[in-house]
Amino acid sequence: MCNCGKNEYTPVPSKLQDIIKHTAQEWTFRFTYVGDVKPGQFFQISIPKVGECPISVSGIGPDYVDLTLRAVGKVTDYLFDNFKAGDSLFLRGPYGNGFDVHEFEGGELIIVVGGTAVSPVRGVVQYLCETESAKDVHMIAGFKDPGEIMFKADLKDWAEKIDLTLTVDGAPEGYEGKVGLVTKYIPDIPIRDISKCKAIVVGPPPMIKFSMIELVKRGLSEDNVWISDSRRMSCGIGKCGHCRINDKYVCIDGPVFKFSEHKTLID
Amino acid sequence: MGFVYKTEEFNKVLEALERKYRIFAPVLKVGEGRFRDTDVIRYDYISRIEDAELEERSDFSFKEILIPLSETMFYFTENEIKEADYDARPVIVLMRSCDIQGNGPNNDWFYERLRDRVKFALIGCGKACPNSFCVDMGSNKTDEYAFSIDVVDGKVYCDVKDDELFAAFEGAGGLKDNVEPRFVTEAEFKVTRPEEVPIELFKDPMWDEYTKRCVNCGRCNFVCPTCTCFTIQDVFYTDNGRVGERRRVNASCMVDGYTDVAGGLVMRKTNGERMRFKVLHKVYDFRKRFGYDMCVGCGRCDTVCPEYISFANCINKLNARVKEVTENV
Ligand SMILES: Cc1cc2nc3c(=O)[nH]c(=O)nc-3n(C[C@H](O)[C@H](O)[C@H](O)COP(=O)(O)OP(=O)(O)OC[C@H]3O[C@@H](n4cnc5c(N)ncnc54)[C@H](O)[C@@H]3O)c2cc1C
Ligand code: SF4
Ligand code: SF4
Ligand code: FES
Repeated sequence: MCNCGKNEYTPVPSKLQDIIKHTAQEWTFRFTYVGDVKPGQFFQISIPKVGECPISVSGIGPDYVDLTLRAVGKVTDYLFDNFKAGDSLFLRGPYGNGFDVHEFEGGELIIVVGGTAVSPVRGVVQYLCETESAKDVHMIAGFKDPGEIMFKADLKDWAEKIDLTLTVDGAPEGYEGKVGLVTKYIPDIPIRDISKCKAIVVGPPPMIKFSMIELVKRGLSEDNVWISDSRRMSCGIGKCGHCRINDKYVCIDGPVFKFSEHKTLID
Repeated sequence: MGFVYKTEEFNKVLEALERKYRIFAPVLKVGEGRFRDTDVIRYDYISRIEDAELEERSDFSFKEILIPLSETMFYFTENEIKEADYDARPVIVLMRSCDIQGNGPNNDWFYERLRDRVKFALIGCGKACPNSFCVDMGSNKTDEYAFSIDVVDGKVYCDVKDDELFAAFEGAGGLKDNVEPRFVTEAEFKVTRPEEVPIELFKDPMWDEYTKRCVNCGRCNFVCPTCTCFTIQDVFYTDNGRVGERRRVNASCMVDGYTDVAGGLVMRKTNGERMRFKVLHKVYDFRKRFGYDMCVGCGRCDTVCPEYISFANCINKLNARVKEVTENV
């Protein structure tokens, strides 16, 4: 008999505890899960006969993980259309390296996120909110328009503990909040010592690119910036090849990378 | 321990081995080639050594037995996921030195369970294969075999290393002798691999040539003994969708769709970029991570390419460009 160890491709059953609807296309599914997991890691949601797709952990509880997803295709649409709290489906993971929350404790931190990218950093912010350094966390969260704002309850809660800038790319007349791309607010972040300041930037590639330009202008070192990347994935465990860039596999070496390292990876 | 057999005697060895093993070997299929009236050398099961094609390199590799084109991973029923069974009967695969070296440790569950029931037998190389550059890739020699086969002037020479198989060889009546398998020491092409590839080279105009020439058919990946990428796909059989399976199917980094993500983002749009991704993986990136180069220089990709793109040439061009770029700084 084969001595190959455990079959890592086998998904395990998980009961859906709850479904939290943010917008029409973005819902959080609360999956039963007990075990180690870090913010920034991801799971493969696995629906037999439909397929699998990688989704970042957006929340961690004693017996659950939250996965927040956008309905964009086969697996995600199927989830939106066919499940309710109490149903059972399948997961495998967690995969990837995730964020080391302790890395960001005790110093100044800038977080720039766009849209669903709040998911991978949510756990980091939640952790830091409960520490002494909460007041040194400067977060800029950008959404397309007011209707697309997600995690509203969190944002409200965080606004009391950290320095939060909530902005939308565009808004109908009469909107009272901030309007403009996230990059617009980077120059105004109050930082005491930029040489030691760290940053987390997560969002679509163009958002990362232009945010980095602004951050570097402020004097931030590329060695002090972490990003979370995403690629087409199939296996999630470094075998199928889809997510490879140079000698790195986003699924196992990432999705979190130091910017200075990520810069040397060319698709 | 070595043996020299007449053909008939060696077929007795095969007969004895077949009590436990199936023998998988390259076979010449007349008229089954890509075009009408062309032949192809593909792997198949054999019982007699005359049925194996031992002179010419196979067009397709041994992959089918270890990395099937399409492999069922799981079966689904109403509420159950069941790991797919596999054919666990032991197999002896006849392959050349380069192909044996193309099977490094993989650590993949489905690969390892297939690998576990396979023994490799070495086909000695009497001459270099067309387009080969195995010597410079260091894959022309190996001692990782259960036994070797060299057919010379109607005689079959075997060096037997695997004790488990010894009885089958001993009982067939051949002459005991010292036998060394044949290895080539000069391949058809010479290549020089750059030790380091500076990051600028990833965007170098040298790759543009391939944007013009390559038609992203993916045949080069398909025949390559070391290409193992796959995509997981679910299918269901019945109209009500209650029964189905999860498969993994070979994927090609040259073909459209390999990197497509939601929102229409594609990572490498041009064929030149895809060529760069493939070539650097085979002779640089993989080595950086795992310590040895992936490509074994078998030359199959050159032979199969409809656009006559040469992998060996590409490695040499890359090396020349690396020299130019690093000497000019
Ligand atoms: C590490 C990681 C974390 C992710 N986290 C989240 C998350 O928290 N929330 C969320 O909504 N989405 C997330 N995604 C993206 C999500 O996996 C894709 O949107 C996925 O394709 C949805 O699957 P589907 O079957 O519904 O769509 P499909 O029908 O498979 O695909 C729709 C389109 O997406 C493409 N696609 C296939 N695989 C991927 C992939 N892995 N990533 C992107 N596009 C793909 C297809 O080619 C097609 O164009 C993450 C992706 C990665 C790699
Ligand atoms: S076989 Fe030739 S044309 Fe086809 S994808 Fe490979 S390099 Fe391109
Ligand atoms: S890249 Fe070409 S020469 Fe190298 S192992 Fe693959 S098929 Fe053979
Ligand atoms: S997702 Fe398969 S290698 Fe990363």
